[in-house]
Amino acid sequence: MNKVPSLHGPVSPTKDIRPASIPDVIQAKNLYKTFGSMTAVDGIAFSVQKGEVFGFLGPNGAGKTTTMKMIACVSPKTSGSLVVLGMNPDMEPAAIKARIGVVPQETNLDPDFTCFGNLFTYARYFDIPDEAAAQKADELLEFVQLTEKRDVPVEKLSGGMKRRLILARALVNNPEILILDEPTIGLDPQARHLMWEKLRALRAQGNTIVLTTHYLDEAARLCDRLVIMDNGRILVEGAPADLVREHAGQEIVEVETSDDVVACLQDLKVPYEMAGDMILIATGSSRDIARVLLDRCKPEKVITRPATLEDVFLKLTGRKLRE
Amino acid sequence: MNGILSLPPLSRRAIKVWHRNLTVFIRTWHVNFFPPLVEALLYLFAIGMGIGSYIPEVEGQPYVTFIAPAILTIAVMNSAFFECTYGSYVRMYYQKAFDAMIATPLSIEDVIAGELLWGATRSVIYVVIMMPVLAAFGVISLPLALFAIPLAFLGGLMFAGIAMCFTAVTPGIDTLNYPAFLFITPMTLFSGTFFPLTILPVVLQYLALALLPLTHLVAVMRMLTLAAVTPVVLLHLAWIVAVTVLCCIIAINLMKRRLIV
Ligand SMILES: Nc1ncnc2c1ncn2[C@@H]1O[C@H](COP(=O)(O)OP(=O)(O)OP(=O)(O)O)[C@@H](O)[C@H]1O
Ligand SMILES: [Mg+2]
Repeated sequence: MNKVPSLHGPVSPTKDIRPASIPDVIQAKNLYKTFGSMTAVDGIAFSVQKGEVFGFLGPNGAGKTTTMKMIACVSPKTSGSLVVLGMNPDMEPAAIKARIGVVPQETNLDPDFTCFGNLFTYARYFDIPDEAAAQKADELLEFVQLTEKRDVPVEKLSGGMKRRLILARALVNNPEILILDEPTIGLDPQARHLMWEKLRALRAQGNTIVLTTHYLDEAARLCDRLVIMDNGRILVEGAPADLVREHAGQEIVEVETSDDVVACLQDLKVPYEMAGDMILIATGSSRDIARVLLDRCKPEKVITRPATLEDVFLKLTGRKLRE
Repeated sequence: MNGILSLPPLSRRAIKVWHRNLTVFIRTWHVNFFPPLVEALLYLFAIGMGIGSYIPEVEGQPYVTFIAPAILTIAVMNSAFFECTYGSYVRMYYQKAFDAMIATPLSIEDVIAGELLWGATRSVIYVVIMMPVLAAFGVISLPLALFAIPLAFLGGLMFAGIAMCFTAVTPGIDTLNYPAFLFITPMTLFSGTFFPLTILPVVLQYLALALLPLTHLVAVMRMLTLAAVTPVVLLHLAWIVAVTVLCCIIAINLMKRRLIV
């Protein structure tokens, strides 16, 4: 069963700084998915190493969920190659699914059961014997801090509790890879921190985690590496800090837009970007820029802050709303 | 993609889905146990003894004895049909239960097969609860009538398969009313249930035999409860088996087409 995936080390000829000894547990090349005439995933390539947290970011409709579903063997790829744990999802879906855990974007707990019942029933689908299943269910309820809700029907849970229960459900089979599609959607800050803590604990145990999220601070905190997708394509890949440095610089100065400021900036030949009612200036030395602006352009309001993943995201995917 | 008639790959994991439904059923046994009892009694009193008191004999039998197998067969049909239309649709569409299941080693084929087996099992449960009532009224002939139990499974599987085909193509839950009213209701009345097929015009008799699965099931059931089995039973059974296999295969393939995109 525990065949070591055969693909090792650097695979893409582009910059690949990862040590050659850590195997890839997921590898996609030229992966496509179409729905009729609509191309949801448009020839992407990526690889996920054992033990890392790998993120998929992108605006609504970018193709993140579609990619997750192909990895999870619930939606067949249209073309290209996809290898999960050394196996082909088209050929050995049951063997792959036995070794992964999935948190779907859409909550699909079984409303006919309690919290315990959900985990217990789900464990049975993995051929886990009843006694072990019951023990595992209780263990996981404790892990996601739902022991008090053990015998409560799932409809009576809050949204955040349901999300936590789904994470517990994804863990019943001790998966080697966790596939989490927006695991923290709709969670309050406390629940989100708890979820992060749990995910870090899982990572520390050597689990590989693939996740999607719209919370860029979350991605920056959790992900070892991530990709930003748009329109079914991968725009960039890298460690969050590297991406920020490469694409957004170190610091950002935000100035409230006015004709005077724009004219002034053009005068000074400082490159800037318009973002709604603010002007953004990426820079290595925000203080100097801010001082010059305050001295010469008479702006209403100036903010300086470190560049974030959000700046990268918005720069690469644009600011227009997605339908 | 796969042809609609290609043999779906199945595994023993289908039993897990069946088991899940059984667990829910047992937990709510009190709402599931009484309808068959009440239904059997209602039919017996209202139609068998009420209407029956005006009817001296049908095909040499007291009317209530004539309709006893129909009561069982209609129960077989309804429990499997409604389980695998409304029941399965709710689990598929509203509860997203199938989506959750196929993220485990279960395949969509296993899931649908489990649902079909469960539909057939409901028919069996219904019949098992009804039989003592009918036996108490002396309208079925034991022990031969005990074969009604395996027959309920076969007939249940047939109607589960038919139902699942509708579920696989229905745009929404409301449109499941069409097969219920246009197919199940007429079939309940025109399948040799409450009056013998032979009083219909010959053309209609043939149509009923060709198109209404219930006719064959009633015919076999009547031979069992009246303890009057003739070789024709084999023809009826062959028809039922053929339609069952065909509908179950089509149902699984249609469901796969609907859910795996
Ligand atoms: N079953 C389907 N049939 C047709 N089109 C689909 C289907 N599933 C997804 N799509 C389309 O594929 C594209 C990618 O969808 P996907 O769900 O992967 O996006 P996403 O990145 O997960 O978005 P979000 O952030 O909103 O969850 C979208 O344009 C969507 O409309
Ligand atoms: Mg999504």
